[in-house]
Amino acid sequence: SPPSPGDTSVLAGIYGPAEVKGSKELPDRAALEVLLRPKVGLPGVIERSREQLLRRTCEAVVLGVLHPRTAITLVLQVLSDAGSLLSCCLNAACMGLLDAGLPLSSLFCGVTCALDPNGVIVLDPTTRQEQEARAILTFAIDSAERKVLTATTKGSCSVEEMQQCLAAAQRAADTVFQFYRDSVRRRYSKS
Amino acid sequence: MKATPLSNCERRFLLRAVEERKRLDGRQCYDYRNVRISFGADYGCCIVELGKTRVLAQVSCELVPPKPNRPTEGILFFNLELSPMAAPGFEPGRQSELLVKLNRLIERCLRNSKCIDTESLCVVAGEKVWQIRLDLHLLNHDGNIIDAASIAGIVALCHFRRPDVSVQGEEVTVYTPEERDPVPLSIHHMPICVSFAFFQQGTYLLVDPSEREERVMDGLLVIAMNKHHEICTIQSSGGIMLVKDQVLRCSKITAVKVAEITELIQKALENDQKVRKEGGKFGFAESIPNQKITTFKMESAAVDTNNVEEQAEEIITKADPPSEVFAKPILHTPGTAQIGEGIENSWGDLEESEREEAAEEEGESEAAAFECQKMETEDTSTMRETKKDEPIVLSDSEEEEVVILEPQELPKKTRTQTNLKQENTSKKAFNKRRRKKRAAH
Repeated sequence: SPPSPGDTSVLAGIYGPAEVKGSKELPDRAALEVLLRPKVGLPGVIERSREQLLRRTCEAVVLGVLHPRTAITLVLQVLSDAGSLLSCCLNAACMGLLDAGLPLSSLFCGVTCALDPNGVIVLDPTTRQEQEARAILTFAIDSAERKVLTATTKGSCSVEEMQQCLAAAQRAADTVFQFYRDSVRRRYSKS
Repeated sequence: MKATPLSNCERRFLLRAVEERKRLDGRQCYDYRNVRISFGADYGCCIVELGKTRVLAQVSCELVPPKPNRPTEGILFFNLELSPMAAPGFEPGRQSELLVKLNRLIERCLRNSKCIDTESLCVVAGEKVWQIRLDLHLLNHDGNIIDAASIAGIVALCHFRRPDVSVQGEEVTVYTPEERDPVPLSIHHMPICVSFAFFQQGTYLLVDPSEREERVMDGLLVIAMNKHHEICTIQSSGGIMLVKDQVLRCSKITAVKVAEITELIQKALENDQKVRKEGGKFGFAESIPNQKITTFKMESAAVDTNNVEEQAEEIITKADPPSEVFAKPILHTPGTAQIGEGIENSWGDLEESEREEAAEEEGESEAAAFECQKMETEDTSTMRETKKDEPIVLSDSEEEEVVILEPQELPKKTRTQTNLKQENTSKKAFNKRRRKKRAAH
């Protein structure tokens, strides 16, 4: 399923829980692997670090203990990038996990905030807004209690500003979760 | 992940069906699946769907110095990737044979056919030329990757616009899309691959095999042709021996199919051109939702951020203030420092037994290396004043040879291991290992 705020599109594909090669096997839980493929060029260090971030976020919600000694592979392909790519990947990952029917303890969504030099918070910035911003913060918020699963920042901001962005992100998360709910309802009512 | 192997009954079933001229999806032998082309927001990006097989193509360009033996020609670079999401058997490191075969076919089809005019990509002869890079990603594998990839490739190349460039003497100016409209690539013709699957030593023939049919086929014939009926590439693999009129028949079928597909491509390109000119919305966000029932679109929603500042202040005041204690780094010797001191260990029982062990070791430690001793004594002399009454701490290392260091003699260990400390542990560990080795011998 390809969620896309504006023109940023990420396609997610999930395989699993399935058989895993010997070395990667974990005896008590499922081994989650995330692969992020950029549109142009070979995957580099940025993709690797984003993969790890997504992996840790997903591991926090996926109930891996229900499927020990298996592997869950999550593949994300960037279709187009117009800003807020990481939060788009987070949303795609969550919807993919949901659609695949994997057991999850809660859903999560990704929200990106950009702080421009005047201190104004912009949610879901475009590429231009991201370039002009002083700091870009991405949060993964869970659906149960709006807690923060992952927070990553680029640039500098004060503690108060970060808390403000976080509060704004939690508000935005409500809208995103409503979108999840509506799209899942639509999918399972017609097909 | 492992790909599920094809069962024998399924294989027999498919072969029997082919003998009776029936296909699993109800097509005729010479029928193609539906081809659907959708474009992305930026130039040179498109997704082609051939039935369920999906390929994403993206073209990008860059100014680079040309190859030394071809100073007036631009550089073309093709890369096809089998994404792990395409099939469970595709893993990031493996599937090289199929990948190499597909890459070579794409290269031959697009590069050797000279469909793109590389001379027009030259900016300054011998110094700067355009390098055009085509990235193809297979998103879903349902058979006939090569056809879908070749269509995606040629469509993306036709759709792509490179920045306009002007040369004044030695100076090269590259204009951004805002300054001057980007320029399309000069493409002579559009080669498109058509695949034929053969069964029973060439008796039966299927056009556009699906994934199941590919698994049971004997051999594959790929013909790349353009609409002027010129064969650009032809490749037969699988060791089937084809008769001359079989090949001729295939090329006639190819001509028909290529004409249809080329028309479809032209229409799609014109449509996209029209939409962009009229200023309508374009890109995947627009094309995908209209075709799928399962997609859902949400307009940008305003989020109420009015009370955000107050809420944030609440959170900050309620939260514990960051500890005011800033650990001061302690300098042992030039080049070695320590931040923070550990806490008292809470393994009460273990302490005693470890202390006995440590006492035993102490007896043996006289035979230890002299350098270690020296360093140690130097260190302890400076440490003794500061660390006399500190509690004992278990090291945090995960090695099995973990030892308690006596507070009187040796500096205690903390999370941040310093060089000296490591030497101390190594000395102690060394002893322990030596003792174990002696025991083993």
